[in-house]
Amino acid sequence: MEQRYFEDIEEGSEVPTLRKDPTPQQLVKYAGASGDFYQIHYDVNFAKNNGLPDIILHGALKNAFLGQLMTDYVGFDGTLKKLSCQYRAMDIPGTPVFAKGTVVKKYVEENENIVECEIWLENEEGQKTTPGYAIVSLPNRS
Amino acid sequence: MPESESVITQEMRDAVGVESDPVIYDIEKGAIIRFAQAIGDDNVIFNRENDARKTRYKGLVAPPTFLRSVAHVETPEPKIKVSSPYPANVDGGSEWEYFEPIHAGDTITATTYLSDVHERQGGRFGNMLIMVRETKYVNQFGNVAALQRTTGISYQPPD
Repeated sequence: MEQRYFEDIEEGSEVPTLRKDPTPQQLVKYAGASGDFYQIHYDVNFAKNNGLPDIILHGALKNAFLGQLMTDYVGFDGTLKKLSCQYRAMDIPGTPVFAKGTVVKKYVEENENIVECEIWLENEEGQKTTPGYAIVSLPNRS
Repeated sequence: MPESESVITQEMRDAVGVESDPVIYDIEKGAIIRFAQAIGDDNVIFNRENDARKTRYKGLVAPPTFLRSVAHVETPEPKIKVSSPYPANVDGGSEWEYFEPIHAGDTITATTYLSDVHERQGGRFGNMLIMVRETKYVNQFGNVAALQRTTGISYQPPD
């Protein structure tokens, strides 16, 4: 994994996009791994009877995608300090989702190199279904 | 819209900060790997012990949102249960704060509590009640490893 360094980060720069292609199978795997067996995530009839168009992604899975976006960004030597998101719209499996981010500010605080990022998940239409925020620390190059 | 009366009760105020009984979780290596595979994250620090040892983590660690899956095994129950008088609820989002990595083999003690209750006036729905619940995860060394906050927003839907 390529290491990213504090010196190289510019405010306004992008967090490299992470594309995910969630499938019904992935939702089943996530249900099993997380213990969240609410049927709207894998039973189409159940989902439709609850007024949903299809089975939908677990909010927590979308949270996990944003987590991956940031742990990829910080590499082995950086640290994820804060991660938040809001579930504004549903995402359905079978279409890709894109985890993205932009650096909002960078500064040094108590000897830590802090980078704050606006992050979000967007669907194929470019709609931000899951906006969020992340605070990380990055190592110095030297 | 006219200001509505506060719906915050003394019981809600008293509940703030009152920790639940603790629930103890053993962080299993296999559970971490299954979780990483399920979310489709192939980062070696979450998947491969031998490679993870070569990093500063010195072993397998949990992905950022892993803790919410262990909490499904047994959830800490709030000591004082408070509920909103409003029928409509919106998920106000989730927030994580991290202080120490979670390693495979750790023993994590979780407690939960209402951390904040307040109201917001004047929006589309008039008065909104905002309740923040926090779960604190403490490792076997007594250090807070992570905090998880979930915000619930409730309101009276317009007639």
